[in-house]
Amino acid sequence: MATAITPGIVRSHGLNEEEFERIRTALGRNPNFTELGVFSVMWSEHCSYKNTRLELKKFPTTGPKVLVKAGEENAGVIDIGDGWAVAFKMESHNHPSAIEPFQGAATGVGGIIRDIFTMGARPVLLLDSLRFGPIHGGSSPARKNRRLFAGVVAGIAHYGNCIGIPTIGGEIYFDESYEGNPLVNVFCLGVLRHSEIVRGAAKGVGNPVFYVGSETGRDGLAGAAFASRDLTEESKQDRPAVQVGDPFKGKLLLEACLELLASGSVAGIQDMGAAGLTCSTCETASRGGTGVQIDLALVPQREQGMSPYEILLSESQERMLIIVHRGQEEKVREIFEKWDLPYALVGEVTGDGMMRVLDAGRIEVEIPADILANEAPIYVREVLAPQRPERVSIEEIPQSDAHESLIELLAHPTIASKNWVFRQYDQTVRAGTIVPPGSDAGVFYVREANKILAVTSDCNGLYCKLDPREGARIAVAEAARNLVCSGAAPLAVTDNLNFGNPYRPEIFWQLREAVEGLAEACRKFNIPVTGGNVSLYNQNPTGAVDPTPTVGMVGVVAQESWITQQSFRNRGDVIFLLGPIGDEMGATHYLKVVHGRKEGLPPRLNFELELRVQETLGSLIRHGLVQSAHDCSEGGLGIALAECCISGERRVGAGVRIGNPSDRMDLLLFNETQSRVIISASQENLEAVEKLCAAADAPLTLLGVVGGPDLVVTNGLESLSWSIPELYETWYSSIENAMSSR
Amino acid sequence: MKIAVLQFPGSNCDQDCLRALRDGVRVEADYLWHKDRSVLGFDAVVLPGGFSYGDYLRCGAIARFSPIMKAVVSAAKDGMPVIGICNGFQILCEAGLLPGALIRNQSLHFVCQPVWLRTETAETPFTAKLEKGRLLRMPVAHGEGSYFADSQTLEILESQDRVVFRYADELGQTTSESNPNGSFANIAGICNQERNVLGMMPHPDRAWDRRLGSEDGKLLFESLVANLELAAVR
Repeated sequence: MATAITPGIVRSHGLNEEEFERIRTALGRNPNFTELGVFSVMWSEHCSYKNTRLELKKFPTTGPKVLVKAGEENAGVIDIGDGWAVAFKMESHNHPSAIEPFQGAATGVGGIIRDIFTMGARPVLLLDSLRFGPIHGGSSPARKNRRLFAGVVAGIAHYGNCIGIPTIGGEIYFDESYEGNPLVNVFCLGVLRHSEIVRGAAKGVGNPVFYVGSETGRDGLAGAAFASRDLTEESKQDRPAVQVGDPFKGKLLLEACLELLASGSVAGIQDMGAAGLTCSTCETASRGGTGVQIDLALVPQREQGMSPYEILLSESQERMLIIVHRGQEEKVREIFEKWDLPYALVGEVTGDGMMRVLDAGRIEVEIPADILANEAPIYVREVLAPQRPERVSIEEIPQSDAHESLIELLAHPTIASKNWVFRQYDQTVRAGTIVPPGSDAGVFYVREANKILAVTSDCNGLYCKLDPREGARIAVAEAARNLVCSGAAPLAVTDNLNFGNPYRPEIFWQLREAVEGLAEACRKFNIPVTGGNVSLYNQNPTGAVDPTPTVGMVGVVAQESWITQQSFRNRGDVIFLLGPIGDEMGATHYLKVVHGRKEGLPPRLNFELELRVQETLGSLIRHGLVQSAHDCSEGGLGIALAECCISGERRVGAGVRIGNPSDRMDLLLFNETQSRVIISASQENLEAVEKLCAAADAPLTLLGVVGGPDLVVTNGLESLSWSIPELYETWYSSIENAMSSR
Repeated sequence: MKIAVLQFPGSNCDQDCLRALRDGVRVEADYLWHKDRSVLGFDAVVLPGGFSYGDYLRCGAIARFSPIMKAVVSAAKDGMPVIGICNGFQILCEAGLLPGALIRNQSLHFVCQPVWLRTETAETPFTAKLEKGRLLRMPVAHGEGSYFADSQTLEILESQDRVVFRYADELGQTTSESNPNGSFANIAGICNQERNVLGMMPHPDRAWDRRLGSEDGKLLFESLVANLELAAVR
């Protein structure tokens, strides 16, 4: 029952004429219907990066600590010393989450976890970088945004809590541009010995190929491929577009795979994520320089009468493809029966370089694996630069009541406490969480390796909207700053590029600018990019999301005593600002939240100054001179000071004197000039701090003293005072209040 | 002396419990698989937290039918110390070793946060090294941890001194703010009439190392070890 390949069918598979010709030339014949489906997913942006590959090549990907490079495997692997390594990666699940937030987010978590244990690593922690439309108010969009927000958080909790991996950080922004198209970027990190690194390669001709995990169903089909004639209109009705995650199965699969990997019988392993069985077979073959032959009749199936097309393109969750050394088949049986998981011998590794798929012995697909995995067309897209935003000077901004503005900013959900979210995540399973979510970075003790890791994710979409290059540079700088504030030395980066439709030149310009900004910053900081993910077509009817190149960064804290948190610790400690007082008001949250203006030139990052500030801070911490450290980001010095007072377990006031009497209070408090950190130190170390900073030529200002019932900020004769309970209540309850409104 | 940590499919605190025992209190400990049928060779049993069998149907409802639970129930009836933490507590209730049930948190959300526990009795193998009123710090992490029982059962629990821990504030007051899940009478842990079976929602297995912010959880395991040592001498 062959389906004729008409131009309409080709188009409905998202392939253009030129691409179809390329397929015909490569095959030397017309593809059949199933083969067309295979090409359509493998040559999709998601799998082939055909529009972004040239850009991604700009990232620095090498370094002395890189054990597995970006793009080589499912996730990069970085040396952390003493024979131990970490595998980590960030991935998006934006579109599924927009349609079905709970399952969309849950399967996002499941997918990234599989990517990590596929490398042979035990996943030990998660971060989430989330973006939603505004959640305050009674409007219908706000209600919808709340539903998406609540659903995504519940979905992440559902999967992460059940599988038993702690969520120890991340960030959440709220902005109109994400309305209807939330961003759900999930980060997972795993730990392994150098000797345990496994490859997603089909090595050894004649080695058996196993399918393990959940049965294949029709779920997720519409997510990967487009509707076609074989998939009738009636059957489509019954087919969920979004995959359904089962964290319980995911947990069993994780444990069974790690047990099998530890047995030494595995030659190659690959997660069935996007494009399912198709992607895992041709990628393992291509990486191994081999071929893979499987028979679909042997694949465990959840439904009857599935066509080869459906089985190959299904995105059912919790499945893996495992190639074991010949003679080790019994080991697979033993372990998967122990864990009560389905498994099946479905094929073998061949020497002819073909991805050959049989259906009960009859050849259904026969394509050189390398063509599928590596020969997708590569496009250079057009770019169009918009007009550069103007610098905003303080004179153009009407003076606000700075007292009220601080409260307003603290209540903004982007800045407010995320406790409503993080309480729903298990943060402490695996008994390693030292600094839970809510400080500049999450800090985790990896007991088996006796290593302390710090992790963070960052990206200010507002900066990126107005200047994607500068915004991306700042995202890297801020992530590094957050790690250094926590006592860590940055090691490596994973990124998640969230943009609109790449066929629109102004969007592709954003992407290129952001990639070049990220690449430049990573080079300056000497931090390699170990992989990541690209998510395009993030659009809602009113336009694209703000460009959001999220940065996930990992560092190592070499000594436990260096772990530093953001909140003030002791009354009487002195407070310093390390870095400039600053004066840049463009693209600030103050301008956006208080004045309703999403405009202006974002702050400029001075790499030389940033590095000096970070190196000095690291040195202060290593000398034991610092009680707390917190970087200034959204909301500037004012918000950072308030957070230092209210984010710790013991809340405390502070008295601060800043600036020149002629400076406006809103300028002093809310400018977002970069390279700034608030530190506190005991009185006896005051001079030592000043001396060290002077020697390093790092700008340092003595701001005041920790203590008292209020946060008091004085500039000349003007003095503002906020009661700590009021600040705390505003900051702590804002999101919960929004979520309980109707 | 050897302590068993049960492994159900979906257990996710089994590794934490084993480490707390081996590295925290330096006692011999090993896993027992849910398909095992005997606790022979072990002196006490830990039922760890997690989502046994996915917690499908009802938390702990399927785990109680696993082969190992038959052995645990009969060993418990013979006096072997058994502690169920979080999902383990839910399983002990489902298995009938402890009365009452753990229902959905009052907030309807999963809750993960550090809590203060007030020790209500030292008269169990797990609290012998504590004193009544002693405050302990450790995290909770659960979606269904609100303790519930009929009024007659609750009266019996109180009159027989079987409430072992209550949620409290840092001053030891059992306020509603300090109750993370809406448990009746701030109950965080109870024991059976014979006092050898303890169920608790908070996680001592996440509070046994200075790095984790609290070592209070270690006291429970140390009490257990001391109790077993004493029993061995006798």
